[in-house]
Amino acid sequence: MTMKVVGQRVKRYDGMAHVTGETRFVDDVIVPGTLTIKAFRSPVAKGNIKDLDTSAAEAMPGVAGVITAEDVPCNAYGLVPDQPVLVEKAVRYKGEPIAAVAAVDEDTAVEAINKIKLDIEEEKPVFDPLEAMKPDAPKVRPEGNVFMFGERPFRQIILGDVEEGFKKADIIVENEYLHPSLEHAQLEPQASLAVPDAGGKLTIYTVSQALYFHLGQLLGILQMEPDKVQCKQWAPRTGSSWRHNAGFSDINYVGGTVGGGFGAKNDIHADHVTALLALKTGQPCKWRWTREEDLLYSTFRGAWRMTIKDGITKDGRIVARQIKSIRDAGAYSTLNFYVVDKHSFLAAGPYFIENVYVQGYCVYTNKPPASSMRGFGITPATFATEVQIDKIATQLGMDPWEIRFVNAFRKGEHTATRRVVNSVALVEVMQKLAEKAGVDLPDKLMTMTSTERG
Amino acid sequence: MYSLEFTVNGQLCQVAVDLKTTLLEVLRDKLFITSPKVGCNTGDCGTCSVLMNGKLVRSCITNALSAQGKEVTTIEGLAEAGELHPLQEAFHDNYGAQCGFCTPGMILASKALLDENPKPTREEAKEALSGNLCRCTGYGKIIDSVMAAAEQMAQAKS
Amino acid sequence: MRKRGVGIAAGFYPMGMSGGGDSSQALVKIQPDGSAVLTVGSCDIGQGCKTVLAQMTAEVLGIDYAQVKVVNDDTDNCPLSFGTFASRVTYVDGKATIAAAENARDILLEVAAQMLEKSPEDLVAADGKISVKDDPDTSLAIGEVAGAATFGMRRLVVGLGHYMRDPATPDPDTGECDPVCSLAWAANLAEVEVDTETGEVEVLRLVSSYDVGKAINPMLTEGQIEGGGAMGVGAALSEQLHPHYPGLEDQPTNLGDYAIPTTMDIPDLESVIYECPSTNGPFGAKGLGEMTANCPAPAIVNAIHDAVGVWLNELPASPERVLRALDEKGGG
Repeated sequence: MTMKVVGQRVKRYDGMAHVTGETRFVDDVIVPGTLTIKAFRSPVAKGNIKDLDTSAAEAMPGVAGVITAEDVPCNAYGLVPDQPVLVEKAVRYKGEPIAAVAAVDEDTAVEAINKIKLDIEEEKPVFDPLEAMKPDAPKVRPEGNVFMFGERPFRQIILGDVEEGFKKADIIVENEYLHPSLEHAQLEPQASLAVPDAGGKLTIYTVSQALYFHLGQLLGILQMEPDKVQCKQWAPRTGSSWRHNAGFSDINYVGGTVGGGFGAKNDIHADHVTALLALKTGQPCKWRWTREEDLLYSTFRGAWRMTIKDGITKDGRIVARQIKSIRDAGAYSTLNFYVVDKHSFLAAGPYFIENVYVQGYCVYTNKPPASSMRGFGITPATFATEVQIDKIATQLGMDPWEIRFVNAFRKGEHTATRRVVNSVALVEVMQKLAEKAGVDLPDKLMTMTSTERG
Repeated sequence: MYSLEFTVNGQLCQVAVDLKTTLLEVLRDKLFITSPKVGCNTGDCGTCSVLMNGKLVRSCITNALSAQGKEVTTIEGLAEAGELHPLQEAFHDNYGAQCGFCTPGMILASKALLDENPKPTREEAKEALSGNLCRCTGYGKIIDSVMAAAEQMAQAKS
Repeated sequence: MRKRGVGIAAGFYPMGMSGGGDSSQALVKIQPDGSAVLTVGSCDIGQGCKTVLAQMTAEVLGIDYAQVKVVNDDTDNCPLSFGTFASRVTYVDGKATIAAAENARDILLEVAAQMLEKSPEDLVAADGKISVKDDPDTSLAIGEVAGAATFGMRRLVVGLGHYMRDPATPDPDTGECDPVCSLAWAANLAEVEVDTETGEVEVLRLVSSYDVGKAINPMLTEGQIEGGGAMGVGAALSEQLHPHYPGLEDQPTNLGDYAIPTTMDIPDLESVIYECPSTNGPFGAKGLGEMTANCPAPAIVNAIHDAVGVWLNELPASPERVLRALDEKGGG
């Protein structure tokens, strides 16, 4: 059946709103009486808080509320809840939020932040994952600096036997690659607006890319999950009218229109703080990060160090691939371990290799927490393995196109996790690329298909 | 406090400002015109771009008082008599906007270009928009949009 | 001296969360006039999910794209979605949306069957009408059917849809699992010019070829390809969040110092879309939001090698790094 709408170049659904400037992002939502939030952040990368004095800030005219770790009902969040909303004792990265102020305007909020007194015992940080992996390294996290994938300090993928594969190989090519840390640089900075109402409902305007995922986390932070302790900030405000914890329905999480994400908004950056201050002050609270804060302290693509050892036969077939990857996760787990999993599952690349061994490490350092960015762990893997395959081709005196055609997945083959690939098109995609780019490939390559290994 | 009197999208406005108030703050926080965005506040991204007496300025690093007596145009002021500006049509038709955050500034920068150079080459269009960042589109369809609008405007004139 | 070189890179990318278990739900309500409201919980972060999901809804219901409105604004109203990441929305929300639209269409077909005294299996929804398959002249406008359903038969025409890939836990020793919905395929070619005196690299051409299963909207597909291409060029040549990695010194604090590409850094990108239908995807679609940022950097690094004979094992290929590599090689 021919399709009428699917496959058509219809205009963007919200395009008219975009070109007229009508599209409303979080920062464009204007609620009268909204307070401005600023954060007090750690001046050191690692340390132990001895004393925190916010009294001068609280006493300032125009300051409606100050929150510290004490004000957070459940001060740990994330997929593996290990990240505090506000640091209680242990600072793990420079810029980590310790307190937050809500004030009538930005100048007052900044002045109040400057009045907060911190006594912190500075400790020696560790920034290099290779250093952090050593047994005597400074501890970023109490449970150890290396994330445990079950019983192992790395995700392990084994297909076939790489050592046997290396024996069959004519040449061995081994290299180390470094994929740097990158910032999403989405143009809409992190922002949040929380608006409480007397009926006990909190509306949060969010930049989140994942409303339900974050809503669940927020309920955990606020302890609003059914069967758990009632939110202690909430109770005095709503008094006896607050009869039960309805959970998800207590917050209306408003979003859906995001000014660029690329993974920057897969972790909560501001909504927990605006929610807590809105509940504490009873007033709408907005927190918009500065671009500097976004660059220095928001999540980012963590750096990767990858070692690849390949065994190749003279005809260009990769017969064994061993990869050791180390992800610099920064100070908290966020989505880092998921990124490492995704990397490890597919790091061997779009080629059928019978013997694969992958070790994916996720290592904590005293950097802001890294997390997801467009391409997760596949981006560094593609960089490393695709430069590697060109090096192999060069060493064999083979054409870079040919070596890819020779190794490309064919239908019915399987990845390193033994997942059979069905809808396969690398051979065809490369043929189309050659045509588009005006590259004349030999017939031998242009007649290959993804359905059979020639 | 000082009294700033200027015209925004054809309307005379009077606003109290101090010496450090930026034009962006006046537009967003006092006049509630939210199409100019706070993308960086350092003049690097161009999402706050507006036209002042027809010239492109970054309102986040423009002192509000420098708009005294001048005419400021934001994207809200581009449509005339209910008709979208050809640039707005072209950005919609050619998929020149993805997330939409850079779009108002990008269209105003394009208008500043076409007002001065109605028939730019692609290279000239790229140069004119080089101060406006976009992280979504890779710019190709933005330049397509500008070229299509220029073409359309030239046809409408002849 | 300026030297030119060409490089390629290939890749693949999974749809949906690795490990599965990520749900999306959708709700399609038919208004009394036959127009439709699709409600989903995924965010439009610029990629255009409202557009493609509205297209899918219109296709299933046999109505115009303009007759579908999309609501994705808040959690009070919208059903669950795990979120907009992992190149999952076209695929996962797409399947939920199709299921919801089919569910709504079935209600309309039932009502129309009563009105036409036919069986629902004998009817088809297309071109704004519900008509008898072997007698196309016997038909009712969808608006007429929706109106009759709402007012005459007191029915609420709401379709519900859900999709979740079963969780796949990797074997702790071998990692064996079936972690992804589908795989999409990619290849890029980059042509660069390297200035051997300054170390500057200019991308002259970036040609992309992507398998997307089915381009639900080729214009939006191109948008993802070009946007990812530019992001890849930035990663390849200029972006450094930690210039002294692993240290934190001299971190950029503004978008002047963290240099994402401008209009001047990106050549006119060329692309070709290939459609190898996904065995299980919505209309055969896969997803491509993320994969487009992956191949440019290795293609560019390989092109630099082709041009001047040096390998860069570390990104970005900044002038400093290119010059150092040329120095080590000796003589440039």
